[in-house]
Amino acid sequence: MNSENKIVQIRNLHKYFGDSHILRGIDLDVEKGQLISIIGRSGCGKTTLLRCLNCLEILDEGTIKIDDIELSRTKDRKEFEKKVSKIRNKVGMPFINSIEENKLDQDFKLKAHKLRTKVGMLFQGLNLFPNYNVLDNIIIAPKIVQGKDVENSKLHAIKLLAKVGMEDFIDRMPNQLSGGQAQRVAIARALAMNPKVMLYDEPTSALDPELVDEVIKVMTDLNKEGMTQIVVTHSMNFAKNASDIVVFMDKGEIIEMAPPEEMFSNPKDSRTRDYLKLLAI
Amino acid sequence: MKSLLYSILIFIFTLNLSSQDKDMLRWAADAESGAPYVFQDPRIPTKLIGFEVDIINAISKELGIENKHFQNQWDGLIPGLKRNDYDLAINGLEITEDRKKEVAFSIPYYITFQQIVVRTDSKDIEDLNGLEDKNVGTLKGSLAERILKEHGNITVKTYDSEASSYEDLKNNRLDAVLIDEPVAKYYAGWNPALKLTGEPIGEVVYGIVMRKQDTLLQTRINTAITKLITSGKLREILEQWDMWNYMVALYLDDKTVSNIKPVKYEAFLESRKTELSFDDYVERYIGYLPILGEAAITTIVLSVLSMILAIVLGLIIALTRVYAPRPLSFLATTYIEVIRGTPLLIQLFFIYYALPSIGINMDPFSAAILGLGLNYSAYEAENYRAGLFSVPRGQMEAAVSLGMSRRQALKHIIIPQAIRLVIPPVTNDFISLLKDTSLVSVIAMAELTKRYLELSATYYDYIGTGIIVAIIYLIIGLPFVKLSKYLEKRYSLDNNTKSF
Repeated sequence: MNSENKIVQIRNLHKYFGDSHILRGIDLDVEKGQLISIIGRSGCGKTTLLRCLNCLEILDEGTIKIDDIELSRTKDRKEFEKKVSKIRNKVGMPFINSIEENKLDQDFKLKAHKLRTKVGMLFQGLNLFPNYNVLDNIIIAPKIVQGKDVENSKLHAIKLLAKVGMEDFIDRMPNQLSGGQAQRVAIARALAMNPKVMLYDEPTSALDPELVDEVIKVMTDLNKEGMTQIVVTHSMNFAKNASDIVVFMDKGEIIEMAPPEEMFSNPKDSRTRDYLKLLAI
Repeated sequence: MKSLLYSILIFIFTLNLSSQDKDMLRWAADAESGAPYVFQDPRIPTKLIGFEVDIINAISKELGIENKHFQNQWDGLIPGLKRNDYDLAINGLEITEDRKKEVAFSIPYYITFQQIVVRTDSKDIEDLNGLEDKNVGTLKGSLAERILKEHGNITVKTYDSEASSYEDLKNNRLDAVLIDEPVAKYYAGWNPALKLTGEPIGEVVYGIVMRKQDTLLQTRINTAITKLITSGKLREILEQWDMWNYMVALYLDDKTVSNIKPVKYEAFLESRKTELSFDDYVERYIGYLPILGEAAITTIVLSVLSMILAIVLGLIIALTRVYAPRPLSFLATTYIEVIRGTPLLIQLFFIYYALPSIGINMDPFSAAILGLGLNYSAYEAENYRAGLFSVPRGQMEAAVSLGMSRRQALKHIIIPQAIRLVIPPVTNDFISLLKDTSLVSVIAMAELTKRYLELSATYYDYIGTGIIVAIIYLIIGLPFVKLSKYLEKRYSLDNNTKSF
């Protein structure tokens, strides 16, 4: 397979929180247009992996390459950890990640920022900005981050809203939307920044069951359009039916990765089998 | 936001430059001290009268210069003098050894004694011994207080204003009041519920207070008083107020009989005795309006300017505490704890009376705004911090993952949401600040509550005046409550009118 097709390349990625070793040398390649599902027990590190890709957590060691941006750290972990735990000890300080970022040198920060512009992220919780209406939620980042013209971004935003089936809701405030509608708007909001890769952290787990499908439909539509997507999920149905590749993680490592039919019918590793047995699949 | 802050500062400093006129008698007295010293003319509340006003007017006539009154709390008269807020103070200030260490006194302009006042039905109190085991009221820091304490076995209660001591006496909370004779005469002498009893106690000598280094002024004032004595003008003033007594006669060595009528005392009694009709009350309260209106404006300006200072400074402190690196955030936390943990009154005293000793000399208005603003900024900072914390963490993450910098996220996403949450507590604080402005009367500011106390001391009408002043406070607060309702609506999450 041609390496130019690989839009995400992760090599030997390590992440620590204090003394606990959360990611223990992750290697993962994602090809353009693939939809990858990451499954595994709670605490296996799958969300942390996603957050590292978006630089909401800063990797401690290894390399992340997305598109043409490469973010690399060598093993200066100990010193770094000391700094971080110092900050973390300070109880009551919110937005710790951003502060962690503050400690990094300017060059690395710049790269991290560039990397972040390559990816769009959808969170588990409903994170629309409640003080802006649907349309403004979408155009605020293009306006203040990229300095884009408001009228143009409005047109673009309406197209994106049409894509997620929310074009009739542009004047609504977020608290007037259902959970599924809010997640669809959030996808449009992330797409407005023209990301190369979309990351989803359990995008449907906070939703009522009947609202899940409308979000999944948007994701499969995007898949057809060739958007690269990485999805952390607990929904085996989703992993089985929607994804090109399924990745199983356990204790900070990737145990197995395969197309869904293979993963679910014929898991190779015993740990994978145990997990799937637990879920009675 | 910044330019607003600058214009406030400029406003404060221009106010600063106003009042330093050449060769003018700048004198201070507390208008709340009441009859017959310095008090508001019951017919024209904006005008000050009293025997000390007459003496000052006579002195400035002797010296051929104008005079100007400066209002200050009685306790603050000497500190204010030392601050150069004015050049002399005349307000029943007894010449004592302690005070002489601090300031210079003129030659005496009046001598009197302490007088026991009791309820009309009281029988057993005739002298100091009769006060033993009783509750006795007097003025704080007065000679009477010392006499009572030195006598022993007396429960002494001290008051800021003589009027409240007499109220307590009338209401059986006290058994007697020991106070300077003129006060007794003007407060209790005409009151059917109270009577003066017993022999004169002690000797009280009043002098005009000046700074020690102002020797030239001292000479001029002493010369002028001497002239008032020799020309008979001083006696005329004292006779008009019916204050001539054997002690003054001895001091001035004047044993003649005078036929000067106590016209001013009689006018005072007249204003006390008349039964007022409803119309008279209405007329009186309308007469209050200029003085209360002016005080209300002072109160509004003070509250608004200090609140703006508090809101802006509070936001900076809150952001520093939450987001800045450690040494800075620690400083912000310390600031909040120190300011919030110490009384506003002490902070005001400190800013006004202590800072001049290190060269920072502010006029009362700037000091009041600074004091109130700094104090409330600590509370506002905590309000904001609560607001910042109640914005879910995911909001910052969502903003950052859309490529916003932390600064952009704060400005566009976090702070607007926090504002919505802090509008009610900030409004609350504003109303509270509006009422806390009453504390700044301790640093020579004449705001609403001070005017209320002065007017009450003049008319002995605590209830009527109190209701009027309370209503004024309420009315001042209402527009701001409305404003906060508007802002709540403006920042409501259901309001989708705002757009780019």
